[in-house]
Amino acid sequence: MTHETAQPGLWARAQRTSVEQLHIRLESFIVLIVLSAIMAVLSPFFLSLSNFLNILLATSTIGVLAIAATYVIGSGGLDLSLGSVMGLSGVAGAYVAVNLGAPSPVGLAACILAGAAAGYVNGQLITRAFVPAFIVTLGMLGLARGLALVISDGRVIYGLPAVMVYVGQGRPLGIPMPVIIFVVTAIFAHCLLAYSKFGRHTMALGDSESAARAAGIRVERHRRILYTLSGALAGLAGMLFMARINSGDPTAGLNYELTAITAAIIGGTNLFGGRGSILGTMIGALIMGVLQNGLNLLAVQSYYQQMAIGAVLILAVFIDQYQVRKESRV
Amino acid sequence: MTLLTLSGIRKSFGAVDVLHGVDLSVDKGEVVGLVGDNGAGKSTLMKTITGIYRADAGSIEFDGKDVLPLDPGARRELGIEMIYQDLSLAKQQDVASNIFLGREPTRKLFGLFPGFIDKARMDREAAGMIARLGAHLPSINRSVGSFSGGQQQTVAIARALTFNPKLVIMDEPTAALAVREVQGVLDLIRRLKSEGIAVILISHRLNDVLAVTDRIVVLRHGRADANLATARTNMSEVVSRIVGGGDLSAAAMHEQRG
Repeated sequence: MTHETAQPGLWARAQRTSVEQLHIRLESFIVLIVLSAIMAVLSPFFLSLSNFLNILLATSTIGVLAIAATYVIGSGGLDLSLGSVMGLSGVAGAYVAVNLGAPSPVGLAACILAGAAAGYVNGQLITRAFVPAFIVTLGMLGLARGLALVISDGRVIYGLPAVMVYVGQGRPLGIPMPVIIFVVTAIFAHCLLAYSKFGRHTMALGDSESAARAAGIRVERHRRILYTLSGALAGLAGMLFMARINSGDPTAGLNYELTAITAAIIGGTNLFGGRGSILGTMIGALIMGVLQNGLNLLAVQSYYQQMAIGAVLILAVFIDQYQVRKESRV
Repeated sequence: MTLLTLSGIRKSFGAVDVLHGVDLSVDKGEVVGLVGDNGAGKSTLMKTITGIYRADAGSIEFDGKDVLPLDPGARRELGIEMIYQDLSLAKQQDVASNIFLGREPTRKLFGLFPGFIDKARMDREAAGMIARLGAHLPSINRSVGSFSGGQQQTVAIARALTFNPKLVIMDEPTAALAVREVQGVLDLIRRLKSEGIAVILISHRLNDVLAVTDRIVVLRHGRADANLATARTNMSEVVSRIVGGGDLSAAAMHEQRG
């Protein structure tokens, strides 16, 4: 029994307000600022407009995947297939546009549809066949990656039409197109999660499935929609990546689910569901973006970056669980 | 005025007969305690009232209507509400989110986009509900899981009230509470009664049952074995009817101390 709980300090109150009103852990915001400051000191290139846009550009793909992770994890689920579905989607779009010669809009739509289809299959298997989400999406991780390699015959599909390339490389008003699409998606996803019935039911579902069921929420249907949405967002990420590198790469998005889930958890999403916000996740995604960008500027080998991301994920969950334990202690 | 009349309710699960013809009536605004040993059929009986179980035989009349053919949703619309022991709360969400879960009031954002939660209205109405119950919560915007057991019970009762119930069935509302919180929940039950809402209180804590009810029905071996006016009974009589005779002074003493 400690006595410090009687008079919560300024920091504790700020933490509580931040969590209650914005659903963001204040710590994540501070980590982002401190990390940026360190990078700015270490590298003279870090603080520049072009590098800032670089970070946003690199974050756009991960950010879209992290939005999907926030919805699914917030609902008490898990989607490990994000990176693979993203790879499949890019290949599907490129195949439709290049090999089948379809017009650009069809190629772009094919990316999102391929992702949504994979997500739909995930949702059906989880809610109708009662296979745990962990297993279904782990299986889809292998299935989608394999299918991407089959469709592309293991090779990168080059030669996208100009309109598709514009989606990835165009810069209206100097801002990269993927950044614009990412920000618009994030704003929409934020409003949907924080202010709509659908979003609030998503978090209530992750909080207590029995409470959601008792309140008349159609739990299984809601989950199917969520997994399909998650797949569609992975498809959107695949589309952005494909258009940016101007090709359909079957190995695109390898291990991206690791980074996406890490971003969502750093942003305050409860690993076991019931809590999370897109605003927080965006801070988490920016932390991952700054970390990768900074390590790139400092010419750190990508092997170490991979290790850093894994370590950050474990650290983020540790801190979250530590906080939860501390708060529930009476 | 009789609100709920059960007569000859029978229910069996396969070869196991749980209810052997239960008769029970509840008046408008009456608080009835339902007691009985484990396995006496209390939960089964309540679930046949809310409609989760369909009675094999007998009749259930609520507010002058035969509700036996109705599903749980339709019975809830007529005014039958049940608060389960686990409260079915979403612990990380705030008070208003729990009270209005599944029925959130919405408005159009900028008068254009439909389906947006009207959080201000939710908070306002939720605060009104809590005030109506004469209860106090630390903050309406805090997650329900940070509240004490009694405060969580308040939220669950406030949610039940939003359905405008005529009958609230409460399953062990005081079982998990600290001693000083029990009185608060008993006050809430009295508040419901004063608003003309009938309450069926299922509880093992006979002290609480004796303190708050008008009548005590003892369920034993699937039958309503005794129907006691609370004002004219006492602990040892209730205990003796629960266990069915024998030397009960020791058991009654134990309950009295508890």
